[in-house]
Amino acid sequence: MTLGSAKRRDLLIWTVALIGLALVAPYFLYPVFLMRALCLALFACAFNLLLGYVGLLSFGHAAFMGSAAYITAYTVKAWGLPPEIGILAGVAVAAVLGAAFGWLAIRRQGIYFAMITLALAQMVAFFALEAPFTGGEDGIQAVPRGHFLGFIDLDNTFTMYYFVLAIFLLGFAIIQRTVNSPFGQVIKAIRENEPRAISLGYRAERYKLQAFVLSAALAGLAGSTKALVLHLASLTDVDWTTSGSVVLMTLVGGVGTFLGPVVGAFVITTMENYLAQTGSWVTIIEGVIFVVCVLTFRRGIVGVLAPYLTSEREPEVAEPSAETS
Amino acid sequence: MFSFLHIAVPPAPVLFAQLLIGLINGSFYAMLSLGLAIIFGLLNIINFTHGAQYMLGAFCAWFLLTWLGIGYWPALIVAPIVVGALGIAIERLLLRHIARLDHLYGLLLTFGLALVIEGVFRQGFGASGLPYTIPSALQGGRNLGFMFLPIYRGWVIVASLGVCLTTWFVIERTRLGSFLRAATENPTLVQAFGIDVPRMVMLTYGAGVGLAALAGVLAAPIYQVSPLMGSNIIIVVFAVVVIGGMGSILGAIVSGFGLGLVEGMTKVFYPEASSTVIFVIMALVLLVKPAGLFGRAT
Repeated sequence: MTLGSAKRRDLLIWTVALIGLALVAPYFLYPVFLMRALCLALFACAFNLLLGYVGLLSFGHAAFMGSAAYITAYTVKAWGLPPEIGILAGVAVAAVLGAAFGWLAIRRQGIYFAMITLALAQMVAFFALEAPFTGGEDGIQAVPRGHFLGFIDLDNTFTMYYFVLAIFLLGFAIIQRTVNSPFGQVIKAIRENEPRAISLGYRAERYKLQAFVLSAALAGLAGSTKALVLHLASLTDVDWTTSGSVVLMTLVGGVGTFLGPVVGAFVITTMENYLAQTGSWVTIIEGVIFVVCVLTFRRGIVGVLAPYLTSEREPEVAEPSAETS
Repeated sequence: MFSFLHIAVPPAPVLFAQLLIGLINGSFYAMLSLGLAIIFGLLNIINFTHGAQYMLGAFCAWFLLTWLGIGYWPALIVAPIVVGALGIAIERLLLRHIARLDHLYGLLLTFGLALVIEGVFRQGFGASGLPYTIPSALQGGRNLGFMFLPIYRGWVIVASLGVCLTTWFVIERTRLGSFLRAATENPTLVQAFGIDVPRMVMLTYGAGVGLAALAGVLAAPIYQVSPLMGSNIIIVVFAVVVIGGMGSILGAIVSGFGLGLVEGMTKVFYPEASSTVIFVIMALVLLVKPAGLFGRAT
């Protein structure tokens, strides 16, 4: 199935406009806020790859982001490795962890899958609290950003911003490419009807595991980058509330849409930014948004707006008659 | 790394004290996973608010004592009723509207509710705990010869065993329970027989929530009453539920107590692993028997 030419044109216009916006944004908004939001947006996109396209609700994605953040922070600070190696190490650890957790969790489905990922992630959180190299309650602080490839100084805020933007776009492109590939078609088929996909000869478990590992690695990429941006890897990164927060971002923005998680991440991060001084109100309002979204706004911001923003008017779901004939 | 192999067997009092702590924790795991299993059976949702409702039970007891001067024994009855009524309101106003959707939405909705409840209490009472004194009749302890048993802790184990077995009896051996089990299997057919299934769903949720609140009241004098007490325990209880499987009531009880004991023993022999041992067991069970020890394959 190919995209209609009108839709393709609309997508191109939106992509160019948004990238243009991202390029000039640091001249108008606080760059560190933007970088943090971009990292969380990538995290949410990685999460959405699982929930939106494979139909797996992982409630433990903070484990991948957090462990990558710790590994990058430690290798860069204690071993003095350059940032690109630190990030690669973080991503590698997140991918290995993702392979282990995914291998265990795909044995169960639906709600059990969510509970298992949550419990496994809690194990990582306990480890981060108690392990000798993670700094306990303090986390790893004063992480140096270093020089990318040896000559690009990341301590310059604008340089760092474009570095983060490039990483985000890379991650986003990987997800976009994955979903629109034959592999993407198979995982969507598994989401819609797993027994049928299996009967067609696809090894559903293998596809699920591959998607899980990719998602974990990209979540790790987001975490590693975030550790460099904020000079910090902390227990918040592995906490179950972070896993909940990424679910919320995706839900608010629109599950199963490309831009939804990005929009959701910016909305939630902006809100957290403004309410940071008010103590527990952030938690309360996030909870309320959760409840409201589930009850009345399940398609999310992008899911609701998309039909108006592109010239596409026909419903997203393919007509069943065409499939069965 | 293998230092635990060289540890000599600890003196008996230490061993029994940890066994006791394990049994106490196991009592709460059992009561909470029992409530989760009952709710899951009929509503098909994982009640993420369960931890918050357990915390509400403890706070309810604390409010009754501090504001109204009502003591522990009435609180054992009042708190579950109040919190259970709150649960019924949640079911009627919120959960009912998403009953026909994917069950994951139930998880997300109750997660949001847990955030709200926990946030409100953290805003009002901070993150530190409030003390709740042990009722006078249960103060002190008894020397059993091989160990010292604080009476309140003994009471908690006995009470929770009583609650668990009563719940098991009601569900497995009474007429009411047979309706419940039938509705779990096939709600449409049961409704066709003239049983008001929506009301049953509502009351079941209320009962499950009440059970969590009861556990909260029992926990109040042992752990401090704190807004965080619920989220600390609920993830462990989820792991317990995955290990036990949610198919059977007895399974929830046995795995709750059993895992509490295992956790206590780990604290004696290899304390570094005590906070993660349940999750490790969960991973092992998933490898060997993915449906859970007492579960049926779905």
